[in-house]
Amino acid sequence: MTTDTPRQLTLRILRSSPSEGIEPHWQDFRVEEAEGMTLFIALNEVRDTLDPSLQFDFVCRAGICGSCGMLIDGRPGLACRSLTRDFGPLITLAPLPVFALIGDLSVDTGSWMRGTAERLETWIHSQAEPDLTAVEAKMEPELAEAIYELDRCIECGCCVAGCGTLRMREDFVGAVGLNKIARFRLDPRDERSDEDYYELIGDDAGVFGCMSLLGCHDVCPKGLPLQTQIAFLRRKMVAVGLK
Amino acid sequence: MRILYTDVLVIGGGLAGLRAAVGARRRGHDVIILSLVPAKRSHSAAAQGGMQASLGNTARGEGDNEDVHFEDTVRGSDWGCDQAVARLFVHAAPQAVRELAAWGVPWNRVRAGEREVVMDGRRVTLSERPEAHGLIAARDFGGTKKWRTCYVSDGTGHGMLYAVSDKAVAEGIPVHERMEAIALIHEGGRCHGAIVRNLVTGELVAYVAKATCIATGGFGRIYRVTSNAVINEGIGAAIALETGAACLGNMEAVQFHPTTIFPAGILVTEGCRGDGGLLKDAAGHRFMPDYEPEKKELASRDVVSRRMEEHIRAGHGVNSRFGEHLWLDITLLGAAHIDSRLREVKEICRHFLGIDPARDFIPVRPAQHYSMGGIRTDARGEAYGLAGLFACGEAACWDLHGFNRLGGNSVAETVVAGMIVGENIADFVESSAGELRVSTALVQEFLAAEQAKLDTLLQGNGNESATEIRRRMQDIMTDKVGIFRRGDLLAEAVDELQALLQRSRRIGVATRRPGSNPELVAAYRVQKMLKLALCVAYGALQRTESRGAHYREDHPRRDDANWLKRTLASWSDPFQTLPTLAYEALDVRRMELPPGWRGYGARDAIEHPATAPRAVEIATIREAFGHADRYTVQQALMPYEHLVPVRFRGRNERLGDAS
Repeated sequence: MTTDTPRQLTLRILRSSPSEGIEPHWQDFRVEEAEGMTLFIALNEVRDTLDPSLQFDFVCRAGICGSCGMLIDGRPGLACRSLTRDFGPLITLAPLPVFALIGDLSVDTGSWMRGTAERLETWIHSQAEPDLTAVEAKMEPELAEAIYELDRCIECGCCVAGCGTLRMREDFVGAVGLNKIARFRLDPRDERSDEDYYELIGDDAGVFGCMSLLGCHDVCPKGLPLQTQIAFLRRKMVAVGLK
Repeated sequence: MRILYTDVLVIGGGLAGLRAAVGARRRGHDVIILSLVPAKRSHSAAAQGGMQASLGNTARGEGDNEDVHFEDTVRGSDWGCDQAVARLFVHAAPQAVRELAAWGVPWNRVRAGEREVVMDGRRVTLSERPEAHGLIAARDFGGTKKWRTCYVSDGTGHGMLYAVSDKAVAEGIPVHERMEAIALIHEGGRCHGAIVRNLVTGELVAYVAKATCIATGGFGRIYRVTSNAVINEGIGAAIALETGAACLGNMEAVQFHPTTIFPAGILVTEGCRGDGGLLKDAAGHRFMPDYEPEKKELASRDVVSRRMEEHIRAGHGVNSRFGEHLWLDITLLGAAHIDSRLREVKEICRHFLGIDPARDFIPVRPAQHYSMGGIRTDARGEAYGLAGLFACGEAACWDLHGFNRLGGNSVAETVVAGMIVGENIADFVESSAGELRVSTALVQEFLAAEQAKLDTLLQGNGNESATEIRRRMQDIMTDKVGIFRRGDLLAEAVDELQALLQRSRRIGVATRRPGSNPELVAAYRVQKMLKLALCVAYGALQRTESRGAHYREDHPRRDDANWLKRTLASWSDPFQTLPTLAYEALDVRRMELPPGWRGYGARDAIEHPATAPRAVEIATIREAFGHADRYTVQQALMPYEHLVPVRFRGRNERLGDAS
């Protein structure tokens, strides 16, 4: 971009308002591009100056919290850290599929993720109550780092939106769910066995439902190793299934 | 009208609220959490660098204990904190970090043997003890004598929030998402719950509870330039203020973080400097040692931020099209370190600046970061003036941080306060004071009043724009109530904010639809935010001294003789345009650590008359106890154990303790 005149961007937004019975339709908004402009900045400018009723979700606006997942030119991504300069002059924005639509670009990922947490019991299962004043149990430094690697998921829903299986099977746990099982499986503080995990994901709604299209892996904003983790889990679950 | 009943209503689904909820739930009480967003989106997730707890596992943390953490915290606060609360906090922090370890937080662990680190611009070799291998590690942070900040790479808040949030799911605690408390139900000095607006349907619902706990975080968004998330608008604090019964403490104590990326204001962790990063100016000169020879880049945040702005004023800033900034240089830490310990920083630099911090300097400038002030509570977390209302975390001022919070002490405070206040809430609910005696007529009255306010915005003939008023407020706060403050500018700010508050009563909302309505939300929030802004600006105008983050160029000395006291702001008449200020003295005669020099920053405080006699008294006590252990001496100086809930009593064990 060598010209001095800023680009005029068109944000083509898929709008809807279920509470008023307004069906999805495209609406264009024009904003002038600024240096370092992100979709967070551009969308707020639209709301502040053009249409105060526009709905979208941002929280941290720093790529950390996962609130602003949406389809950007058809691809799931985090809007807050998407720079407009990386896109053409016409940018289409649509809400993430799969999740319940609240309105415009806002979807209800919260209920979906809570459902996943309850279904897969994504917490440490341990019989022992910790003694809080005692020196903590040890853990190998490499293991702690490996757990963190999988713990970095921000539940933004991009993998869910990019999943082929979920288009056909509403009850599929998705890469987010499988990654969580991989995370707890790796964690020695969780006393669950592979048999326990098999109960949770050893079927077509779990790890055997994945068709290995791996859209999840491609769109994960955190770059989680979803491909390897799903393949690894599948092997482990097959071993349990064959017993 | 819809009324929901519960034992405990927790407003806010971040770390403090979640942990308090888990505590009350485990005591057998029904708990409902309200959250503006899914709980795991809360701003706690953005805490990067770590939480302080004196485990003393690492080589540079050896010898650490509650006493050292206590002194660092009090000095950091510039003697503005409640020292008994600081004691309570440093006692419980190791338990909090160990509890989180058991709940699954993948704390970084000590690796035995030699390792190379960067300290003061040089590579040095540290040797970790073999017996510490596998215990929880810690990094260096500003204003601390020991390496005490426990961490998970630079995603500490994320790791903690997910563990505690999942724990809340495990306990079966419902989180009502996209629900906003817009008023507290109260009568005769007793809080009975909240009027809550459903942000999706627009419906108002009354939540009636034996105990209500506000844990809604800070109010950074009253500023234009802030590291805070967009939801940090302080509505929880504002609805407490609007009761006229509760009050807000030390609202003028606002922290500015030295390193937010310029100009977006996104935080890059203090861990960058803790791990050896340096601040540099336009000439590439490392300037902090010129100002702060002792602590350099690792003085407290208030001091570093001021020195940076001072250096820019002296003409050493880097010019850019957005204005001036300075550089944060972490290139000397090396790519391997950045890839493992500072990966969020790396991602932020890549996505928002298009640079690689292993090769390029990061453009930084201080921005609003933390609210030391908040709902004034006692050391149990119960609000002044309103029984049954509790507050914890950044929303509260129980007063751990005084006028400046140390890095790593806030994310620690969230869980520690949640542990303690959760127990105290359960005690309250189980006591006779906790019985629910509220008439549905009262609840109906509050519901009707809130509905009327919304109707006025929606159907009145107001013509003021919420967006415009909000932008003006944010400009005033950043330009006139920032790092450097002056009487004349503060007076202007107060006048302008009052005018804005009056204008805000005439806001009109064009969007009339029944469901989700961001325009309406912006309108009612800015009315509340302006009251908070006025508490900050007016409190700052009245406080004619400099203490911690509150720096008055026209009153540059800390004045213990006149200002060793906490500001209490209240708002009893909805039509007043200024808060009513009162003051609460801090009692030097009961301090374990009487006021003195912090070890960094200015040394010219005006002494309180009780300081010298108290110092003599302390010396006498220490002498009288001779060889007694540190617990006994501490107990003699300033008893605090009565404040510790029973289940968190007992001494924290450390490696090498005689067992």
